[in-house]
Amino acid sequence: MYVAVKGGERAIDAAHAWLAEERRGDLAIAELSIAQIREQLALAVNRVMAEGSLYDPDLAALAIKQARGDLIEAVFLIRAYRTTLPRFTASTPVDTASMTVDRRVSATFKDLPGGQILGPTFDYTHRLLDFALMAEGEAPAAPRSPAIGEAVPHVTELLDQDGLIEAEPFSDLTPRDLTREPLELPADRALRLQALARADEGFTLALAYSTQRGYGRTHAFVGELRIGRVAVEVELPELGFAVEIGEIELTECESVNQFKGSKIEPPQFTRGYGLVLGQSERKSISMSLVDRALRWKELGEDNIGAPAQDEEFVLSHCDNIQATGFLEHIKLPHYVDFQAELELVRRLRAEAIAAQKPEDAA
Amino acid sequence: MVMMERQLSAQAAAPLLSVQGLSRYYGARIGCKDVSFDLYPGEVMGIVGESGSGKSTLLSCLAGHQRPDAGGLSYNGVDVLALSEAERRRLLRSDWAYVHQNPRDGLRMGVSAGGNVGERLMAVGARHYGQIRDTATDWLGRVEIAAERIDDRPSAFSGGMQQRLQIARNLVTAPKLVFMDEPTGGLDVSVQARLLDLLRGLVRDLGLSVVIVTHDLAVVRLLADRLMVMKSGHVVEAGLTDQVLDDPQHAYTQLLVSSVLQV
Amino acid sequence: MTDQAYNFAYLDEQTKRMLRRALLKALAVPGYQVPFASREMPMPYGWGTGGVQVTAACLTPVDRLKVIDQGADDTTNAVSIRRFFQRTSGVAVTEATAEATIIQTRHRIPEQPLSEGQILVYQVPIPEPLRFLEPRETETRKMHELEEYGLMHVKLYEDIARHGEVSTAYAYPVKVEGRYVMDPSPIPKFDNPKLNDSPAIQLFGAGRECRIYALPPFTKVVSLDFDDHPFQASKAEHNCDLCGCGTSYLDEVITDDQGSRMFVCSDTDFCATRQAEGHRGRLSPEAA
Repeated sequence: MYVAVKGGERAIDAAHAWLAEERRGDLAIAELSIAQIREQLALAVNRVMAEGSLYDPDLAALAIKQARGDLIEAVFLIRAYRTTLPRFTASTPVDTASMTVDRRVSATFKDLPGGQILGPTFDYTHRLLDFALMAEGEAPAAPRSPAIGEAVPHVTELLDQDGLIEAEPFSDLTPRDLTREPLELPADRALRLQALARADEGFTLALAYSTQRGYGRTHAFVGELRIGRVAVEVELPELGFAVEIGEIELTECESVNQFKGSKIEPPQFTRGYGLVLGQSERKSISMSLVDRALRWKELGEDNIGAPAQDEEFVLSHCDNIQATGFLEHIKLPHYVDFQAELELVRRLRAEAIAAQKPEDAA
Repeated sequence: MVMMERQLSAQAAAPLLSVQGLSRYYGARIGCKDVSFDLYPGEVMGIVGESGSGKSTLLSCLAGHQRPDAGGLSYNGVDVLALSEAERRRLLRSDWAYVHQNPRDGLRMGVSAGGNVGERLMAVGARHYGQIRDTATDWLGRVEIAAERIDDRPSAFSGGMQQRLQIARNLVTAPKLVFMDEPTGGLDVSVQARLLDLLRGLVRDLGLSVVIVTHDLAVVRLLADRLMVMKSGHVVEAGLTDQVLDDPQHAYTQLLVSSVLQV
Repeated sequence: MTDQAYNFAYLDEQTKRMLRRALLKALAVPGYQVPFASREMPMPYGWGTGGVQVTAACLTPVDRLKVIDQGADDTTNAVSIRRFFQRTSGVAVTEATAEATIIQTRHRIPEQPLSEGQILVYQVPIPEPLRFLEPRETETRKMHELEEYGLMHVKLYEDIARHGEVSTAYAYPVKVEGRYVMDPSPIPKFDNPKLNDSPAIQLFGAGRECRIYALPPFTKVVSLDFDDHPFQASKAEHNCDLCGCGTSYLDEVITDDQGSRMFVCSDTDFCATRQAEGHRGRLSPEAA
């Protein structure tokens, strides 16, 4: 005999218990500590901080552990937690020119003041599985040399001295805040960059890649990519000056794009910009390409209808928490709507079949 | 193509375009059915009818944008439907031209006016920048676009100018056969009159053969030597333009003519 | 992990055979892009996976390999690829252009003329010269098939109308034996004349895009231009500050934060050879 489905509450409790058990895995295997995740899965932690828009490696590590390594789920946890935090103040803009760099490379010059610093990069590793890691081999210590202490000026600044790159007008305007105001279109560049800084890495990467393959091409070079730590300062009204309250790690990419210009206007390089929390190289390069592609109107370029040129398309779909929520909601019960459709389709089919019958007979 | 040239010299007095029993269906629905006519060198054929009459389907079959389901189509005695894709495309960029109703469909909007006119020249092998530019300047003049607009993009032009630019781009390689799909369609009445005037001059000066599709009887009155009236995919009446318009025989043609204000 | 776990030059023999078939086809139809089943390689797409696969397919134990990036043997990516082949094939390596039997390159053709028997392998990011005029592969393949290259000249026309000259400085398109328009990979247009009538075999590999194309020895390669705006190979108007050479392609190096610059040969082997022969430039240690 049919019994109506009840007992949702018990089912949910049981599902959660099962999930917790699965998360822990085999009890005979040692449990991961937050510190282990923070130290040994640092790039995952960085991605969660960047897309979660919250700089806290321990919380990001916790989110990764809780989410069983599902990074979008971890970003979700961080975003939800971020909502609960009171905002005391906004820092003064961080100065990436005075970054303590771990890595700094330019593709546009062979050498330049401050030097090319490879840093801890996968770039020139051969992607061969290192089975020694399976045997829990300790890594040999990397050689060290003292910091050179030389200034590391931005490449775009050097190009700017000769007027070779478009000037970036200084602005003291407080940008709109996506986390406090709804997204309004058209967006200015500051707002676009803000949205892209926390955008899904995969989405941003795919868009940037599409511009390289001709769907909104911008002829980008990595003018400079730098990763390192910058000081965060806040102005204290009581003191009347800014005080350093800590450091954060950032990845900054400035792309240098092929010139615009015409017979009357001398050609100049143009800029794309990416800045991301933590060591998030792929994301910051992607961001700078997408930023540049979105600037077509301001630079007098043609809209060829490429996805990466469509501000509304990009900004409306770049947030993976919005996307995953809406995507996954279609697994929620929809049977009331579906029942209505079911009846409609049945009726239409019956009518169509009835209409065909006389012809078949004839 | 060699074969085509040989036949061309042998058949100078023959029709330029010959259409026999052309039909095109969309599933069970008729696009156009059993259309036949000959077009002779220097002749302008108008095809009129309301939307859905099949005139646009017929034009796109003639121009090679769609493949007819039945019937024959020969150009200068050559079976066009049997041409390879390469031969067909070569024909499209040398001997034939196509003027779209919406100039955006016929122009490269991101390319300057000069580049738009020059493209067909370059496609058939022109490799002298100065000469290409001179020819483009000359053609802009012939369609009444100021020479100093040569480096501007069509997006900066008015609708009427865009349409004139499209015409220059099509005629620059001196095609023999031009297909026109409502060339005055989206334009203001005053702009239409000027464009028609220009078209009439060009068609006469260049001795073009034209197949023009329109719903506007004033356009065919001015341009066409002969007329075909289409309804529901069929040709219901054909003849000399003045004859058909002044003394329509078919009830549908009578309706069409009487629905236009007499000028 | 032991390197014996991998076949000579990393790829298995079946994969190499597939690559060699594509290479032979490419050599038989110069300038035509031959699709091939590109493999995942242990370096990222865009870093030379196409070139590496082509090199792996050509390499024999008696070869002497040279790898350059931007003309230099000591750039990081060149070092990385050279090491990869040393590790996986054990072949001899060299920096001397004349001594190499296979040269894998990114973005340059060596200054010293190549000779018969040498193979130059180019890494190619976007093999399709029409890609930025028409993004769709189905359409560009048709354009090649039908030799519809008018649009390419429209691009050059627009450049001249806008800038007074063709504003393509690298990856400058060429026509091969009067038939296929080809992307010479992002070499500066300064290098384009060296493509023509070269005694060496020139092979082009694009891994991510799964295309191989080639120029057999002594192939006619013409840079696209207009009769009244002929193609011009250009470079910085300087001499090398280390070896004094006035005819080689130069890198610009920023030397301080005031924006001071020096110019040096991008071909490091060429420059070092000249310096060893006693040539001096403006900033040579002895001259300064």
